Amino acid sequence: MKLFPFVLRPDPFALNLKFLKMNALSLRNLKKTYNNGFTALQGIDLEVEAGDFFALLGPNGAGKSTAIGIISSLVNPSSGSVSIFGHDLISERNQAKSCIGLVPQEVNFNQFDTVKNILLNQAGYYGTPRKLALQRTEYCLKQMDLWDKRDTVSRRLSGGMKRRVMIARALVHAPKLLILDEPTAGVDIEIRRSMWKMMQEVNQQGTTIILTTHYLEEAESLCRNIAIINHGKIVEHSDMAGLLARLHVEHFVLDLAHPLSVAPVIDGCQIEWVADKTLNVAVPKGYGLNKLFSQLSAQHIDVISLKNKTNRLEQLFMDLIDSNPAGAQQ
Amino acid sequence: MNYTIAFRTIVIKEIFRFIRIWPQTLLPPAITTALYFLIFGKLIGDRIGPISGASYMDYIVPGIILMSVISHSYANVVSSFYSTKFQRNIEELLVAPLPSWVILAGYVSGGIVRGLLVGVVVALISLLFAEVTVKNMGITLSIAVLTATVFSLAGFINAILAESFDDISLIPNFVLTPLSYLGGVFYSVDMLPGIWQNISKGNPILYMVNAFRYGLIGVTDVDIQLTFMITGGFIATLTLLSLYLLHKGIGIKN
Repeated sequence: MKLFPFVLRPDPFALNLKFLKMNALSLRNLKKTYNNGFTALQGIDLEVEAGDFFALLGPNGAGKSTAIGIISSLVNPSSGSVSIFGHDLISERNQAKSCIGLVPQEVNFNQFDTVKNILLNQAGYYGTPRKLALQRTEYCLKQMDLWDKRDTVSRRLSGGMKRRVMIARALVHAPKLLILDEPTAGVDIEIRRSMWKMMQEVNQQGTTIILTTHYLEEAESLCRNIAIINHGKIVEHSDMAGLLARLHVEHFVLDLAHPLSVAPVIDGCQIEWVADKTLNVAVPKGYGLNKLFSQLSAQHIDVISLKNKTNRLEQLFMDLIDSNPAGAQQ
Repeated sequence: MNYTIAFRTIVIKEIFRFIRIWPQTLLPPAITTALYFLIFGKLIGDRIGPISGASYMDYIVPGIILMSVISHSYANVVSSFYSTKFQRNIEELLVAPLPSWVILAGYVSGGIVRGLLVGVVVALISLLFAEVTVKNMGITLSIAVLTATVFSLAGFINAILAESFDDISLIPNFVLTPLSYLGGVFYSVDMLPGIWQNISKGNPILYMVNAFRYGLIGVTDVDIQLTFMITGGFIATLTLLSLYLLHKGIGIKN
């Protein structure tokens, strides 16, 4: 006779509801000062909801990698707490760590091992039984389009393939939280786009993703929520749509049909002459492109094409970074 | 979480690593020790009389086997774990939900397996030169395993603290090799003048070599029980130190 079957077999649906309400990651007053006296994190608070696709952005040296290092147990924090799916990283260390898959910035697998062994070993470190590890390895390598390279020694792979091996390795133990630290750095646009597609698929399957990147169009197109870190402090933490709505002015580059010698004057817009057939235009939010084109047509200026001068997020990012210089943080 | 699977994964990875590079790991000790047996045992040894009733060749066989166990168990762990640090794939272990003792046990077991395997290779080579019989299998095996454990642990600590490849060759070259040669591999400590006998008795390898020799040919300069106590003490101390270093992340974390 089974004792307490309700304890031994909990309702999976109830667990799912609990999972959905939970934060994938909570950082509380996280501080890090290195032995050389450099303070990388000045006490950050951050929450990432389960299922989110979250961007953690910041300039070089802002503290992103330190924060990720602490979350993934590669860096010891000076103080503060980290909770992963409700498990404290100190008191429930192994449960917390079981939830994480990490794709680091730099290649860090054994370059003398085969692709398949790298994944099988990783699965083994997480206690995955061999049969299941083999199934997951095959699935992840096929998902990353690396199955035909499974017996290749990893140092013989191209840079893009090495990146995909690291993503496959991070996924092989089916983590609930995938942390990608600049996963597309240095890969060509074709591979980058295929990696975006793969990341979206992984997120749609229920894995929470935290992404750091210097390609802001990547963050803008993939992520629903965002935090910007600068000089060891969170200077922005909001949803992507809300953040982009704060953009007051958008900058466009116009290609003209006929040459101009000077910039035209249009009320409400700032126009800069760049070349005979090229203008830079700053259009205030709410002004409307139709109104701009009407005004240009009235001056007999025909526009062939237009493009954003800078990525919208990039513009906001620079504004936020510029408004939070190092001195302001001390 | 099933730590048995994680432990087995590390051990198998370690064994495959040194088997994959067998020309670097298993072949050299076979050649080096064959030369030892030929030069010291056969050519010079024939001119040296028996020691404690054993022929010189029979006398040096246990010491040479154990010297190989010592150097290879140490070398396996120090080079493997330092390479793991150097290539940064130690991050795989640090990110995974692995307690420090599983990492330590995995690497040390790899070192023990290589040390014992090299010991078997050297013992087989010695059969070409001497009639090796085992007087006490229990003592022989236990001393071999305990010695391999001590030096695997020592290699692990060296790898944790090392900051360059130079640092992993310092201890083997300037500590282990002299202590091994001065540990009674090629001579009886009774042959030394008084003061040097006392100094030699501060060398732990002397006890291990003599206990192993006792297990194989029944000849020893030291007390066997004392050897077990010394070896056990080293294992306990080095294990605690290794776990402390891993727990604190010294040498492996920022």
